[in-house]
Amino acid sequence: MAMAASRSLWASRAASFLRISTFPRAFSTVLKDLKYADTHEWVKVEGDSATVGITDHAQDHLGDVVYVELPEVGASVTQGTNFGAVESVKATSDINSPVSGEVIAVNDELLEKPALVNGDPYEGGWIIKVKVSNAGELNSLMDDEKYSKFCEEEDSKH
Amino acid sequence: MRGLLACATLARRAAAASSTASSTAARRHLAGAAEVAEAELKKTALYDFHVAHGGKMVPFAGWSMPIQYKDTIMDSTLNCRANGSLFDVSHMCGLSLQGRQAIPFLESLVVADVAALKDGTGSLTVFTNDKGGAIDDSVVTKVNDHHVYLVVNAGCRDKDLAHIGAHMEAFQKKGGDVKWHVHDERSLLALQGPLAAPTLQLLTKEDLSKMYFSDFKMIDINGSACFLTRTGYTGEDGFEISVPSENAVDLAKALLEKSEGKVRLTGLGARDSLRLEAGLCLYGNDMEQHITPVEAGLSWAIGKRRRAEGGFLGAEVILKQLKEGPKIRRVGIFSQGPPPRSHSEIVSGAGENIGEVTSGGFSPCLKKNIAMGYVKNGLHKAGTEFKVVVRGKQYDAVVTKMPFVPTKYYKAP
Repeated sequence: MAMAASRSLWASRAASFLRISTFPRAFSTVLKDLKYADTHEWVKVEGDSATVGITDHAQDHLGDVVYVELPEVGASVTQGTNFGAVESVKATSDINSPVSGEVIAVNDELLEKPALVNGDPYEGGWIIKVKVSNAGELNSLMDDEKYSKFCEEEDSKH
Repeated sequence: MRGLLACATLARRAAAASSTASSTAARRHLAGAAEVAEAELKKTALYDFHVAHGGKMVPFAGWSMPIQYKDTIMDSTLNCRANGSLFDVSHMCGLSLQGRQAIPFLESLVVADVAALKDGTGSLTVFTNDKGGAIDDSVVTKVNDHHVYLVVNAGCRDKDLAHIGAHMEAFQKKGGDVKWHVHDERSLLALQGPLAAPTLQLLTKEDLSKMYFSDFKMIDINGSACFLTRTGYTGEDGFEISVPSENAVDLAKALLEKSEGKVRLTGLGARDSLRLEAGLCLYGNDMEQHITPVEAGLSWAIGKRRRAEGGFLGAEVILKQLKEGPKIRRVGIFSQGPPPRSHSEIVSGAGENIGEVTSGGFSPCLKKNIAMGYVKNGLHKAGTEFKVVVRGKQYDAVVTKMPFVPTKYYKAP
């Protein structure tokens, strides 16, 4: 599973470097050790620190990301509430925080290279790190399998 | 961005921003009625062709149209300027006015000097209301003294036809000789970009090198009787081809094949980026009922004779604005920060409201934010600095001349 996931992540990254569009794909990459919100953000928890980004599915639907609006370090974020925005050529989308807490780092590299969100949504395209104030909130998020199904169901509606 | 409509938050803004279009489509989204309306959406003759080519279909002005295909909007925009694009624009409404007084009749409703056009040439024009505001913009072609051919916006079709129809009835009652034909039996393809002419040339005997920007001909293309206009909505050289609907798919296939895959099917998403880069207005965003052609920067489309004589709806208002200058003006804008979008506020350095953005986005060609909007007269000159407000924050912006990307129309030497 993890192998398959990382291989297809590589494929999507390679495709994006080669400027080959893999859209629309039946399945976007979902990583096993992350948690997912129904607004298409992922969170990776290490101790009391959580890294947040948008999913492969989300970036795939948005298309080329041209700007990422980041919060200030020290700002507080609340689960399910908007903390920033991603802009693609045509659309603006809010980013919600999957967890509550204090922003302890933001990915400044996105100011220069917003396309990292497309090419590397789970690594180089991370958006903020949060010091989690309520670990219990993580229980309300989806695991990889549930999120994959959620995306399939959403796509099949359209 | 139909697919995103499902995602709660990511979707909502995307839907609003990407209904690039007509106020009709935007209103539908806002009303949350998109799902209901879907069943009633009209389909062009190329609908199945779009779906088979990966077209992502969205509701647009009552039609189901491709917003993009497999290429991203960024790639599609760049490819149009490097090679070429093929758009299905059959949702737009082709209309012929015929009769001995077809031209005087049309001139009572638009600002163009139609009579002065040479046979087989056209111009951009504006239908005005009695306050001088724009009912729609349209490309009008004088086929000959007794026949004009128009293409009006899909989103304005119903109100345009009602407006023209009502005035035509009154005109006929006074003995005027004019009748209309709406070309619902035809489809409209737009072929744009540097490969447009060489590709199209392979499908017609007509010498396209002698046909210049805004020229019109009724000719055989790929074996069917087409109306060909050298025009478009991208700033590139190109054509709009009105083709009998039963031959539309064959023509689309032939154009793609003859270009050896370099001309790509392109959706409404890239079409909007392209027209914005070319500084062209989108009716419903950059032009509305309350905006006059003078405010919109389209004074050049008001014929000399029309300025002297008037004789179109709202002429008093428009002629006065021509003389004294309008209170607001449409401008091009470069800005820092996130791309401004329609309805972003424009403020002075002191924070005072001085206008509003009507279209904006990231330019795939220039790799920076471009926008157009309306500001108070006097603040419209290139180099004027102000701020645009995006999500409550102010970002530096400066007025710049349009087009943002140089146009490449094939003009007569």
